[in-house]
Amino acid sequence: MADTLTSAAAQSAESAAHAARLDHVSKAFGRPGGRQLVLDDITLDVRPGEFVCLLGASGCGKSTLLNLVAGLDEPTAGSITTPGGRPALMFQEHALFPWLTAGKNIELTLRMRGMPREQRRPEAERLLSLVRLGGAYGKRVHELSGGMRQRVALARALAQDSQLLLMDEPFAALDAITRDVLHDELTRIWSETQLSVLFVTHNVREAVRLAQRVVLLSSRPGRINREWAVDIPQPRRIEDAAVADLSVEITEELRGEIRRHGQH
Amino acid sequence: MASTETSGAKDAAPLEDEPRQADDAAAVERHKRHDLSGLEAGLDALDAVVVKRAPIGQVLVKKVLPPISAVLLVLVVWQLAVWAKVADQTKLPSPSAVGQELADRWNAGDLLSIIWTSVSHGLLGFVAALVIGTPLGLVVARVPFIRAAIGPILSGLQSLPSVAWVPAAVIWLGLNNSTMYAVILLGAVPSIANGLVAGIDQVPPLYLRAGRTIGATGLRGAWFILLPAALPGYVAGLKQGWAFSWRSLMAAELIASSPDLGVGLGRYLENMREGSDMAGVFLGILLILFVGIAIDLIIFSPLERWVLRSRGLTARSQ
Repeated sequence: MADTLTSAAAQSAESAAHAARLDHVSKAFGRPGGRQLVLDDITLDVRPGEFVCLLGASGCGKSTLLNLVAGLDEPTAGSITTPGGRPALMFQEHALFPWLTAGKNIELTLRMRGMPREQRRPEAERLLSLVRLGGAYGKRVHELSGGMRQRVALARALAQDSQLLLMDEPFAALDAITRDVLHDELTRIWSETQLSVLFVTHNVREAVRLAQRVVLLSSRPGRINREWAVDIPQPRRIEDAAVADLSVEITEELRGEIRRHGQH
Repeated sequence: MASTETSGAKDAAPLEDEPRQADDAAAVERHKRHDLSGLEAGLDALDAVVVKRAPIGQVLVKKVLPPISAVLLVLVVWQLAVWAKVADQTKLPSPSAVGQELADRWNAGDLLSIIWTSVSHGLLGFVAALVIGTPLGLVVARVPFIRAAIGPILSGLQSLPSVAWVPAAVIWLGLNNSTMYAVILLGAVPSIANGLVAGIDQVPPLYLRAGRTIGATGLRGAWFILLPAALPGYVAGLKQGWAFSWRSLMAAELIASSPDLGVGLGRYLENMREGSDMAGVFLGILLILFVGIAIDLIIFSPLERWVLRSRGLTARSQ
């Protein structure tokens, strides 16, 4: 704990050269003796404004890693610093509160942030129009489609006004066309807001479509296996030839990684 | 419309990071051609869930007509049984005799005071049960030690008819209103507390995680996330708590008799039995039933419907 604090102070002194820094992070679950190592010695920097995709098969501890960065769980070893404060987190499920309208869901986040009452409504409206749901303020969650719910969830995450947005397979449950649209939305909002994004997915094309950097995690335990810089200019399309080519390369690597688990 | 917004925002932000800039003109052109934002509006229109409320005529036919028919049917069968002389007049009074008794009570001016004596006791006791049961349920649901200690007792108390407490309550508290309230509390508090515990147990952990990420922890988490999320189970517990309050009170009134207690519906029923006035007994039973149903229809059913409908949990809203 003290270790984390001193390094946080040191980071802010050098005016945050990163949005998140994971320094030799390991995570094990279970009692000593029957311990299961889930993440092994992960070292990763997310630069301010950078879009990083974490890619891996099941069992690579992607969600555990995001929970650690979000501060919902503590690493067993190593340290994690997020100089921009508590990161915003978006889940695969929209996780909107069904007893509140779309607008009030966002306002609750603003309220928890300490924003005065009279500023909340205009800010919620602004965030809803940012995700192009200007008319949805009074809509109940069950009145929205799956894609609209994820857009409200994105607006709610943005309401935290964090420098770092963590996304845990947020579009995995959506149909392909809706997912395409949301990729566009996310790319647009990312470039408008200067956010850093750490995006977890098992979908290689999605990772290549979105990220500036794709980090491949191995499974059981999760280790950083390889990294690719994606220098295809945005806006990209998921069906672009360049996206497809890199996806093929990364998929090969991912398959090799999965095969390795069947061999012993 | 949306597409010009996007490219406009990009052109107007020349100071952005190099890698983000879509300075490749071909890429911008390609993006415009393939822009998906028109698609987005189409998807929204296709996917939007329309929540309709049933027209009033349909409500009358589907919701009001069936219970009225059932009541009429019971009255008809009752009257037929009287005409067929299934039982003696002293054992089976006719509906009109019961109606006459009702009119007599009304004219004597004590009908409303009888009902009010019971309803005021019942509601006041219920509110007290609410005030005690809610924090109790919260603590049982959230503190493992307390849950292990009194959780099973709380569930067990629900199956103990609270009439069983009447003799003890009379000895401890005497024949006065305290006894009535004690019996109501013992009946309703476990229901309300258990309802809240069940409601909290059924809160999806995802809501709590989402709450923690936005900083709703501790008491703020309980107030803004946990309690609203547990509301459907809590309201079901309140509904059951009211039923238990009312039942306990009627049983207590039947057993305990004292001038201090006033004449409520249960007391009225017992008085009629003592006078072998079968029409009065029938009227007493019907009034107890009627008041129990009325309170449920006026307070608890609308509350439950509102909670469920606002969350899209009713079958019709899908």
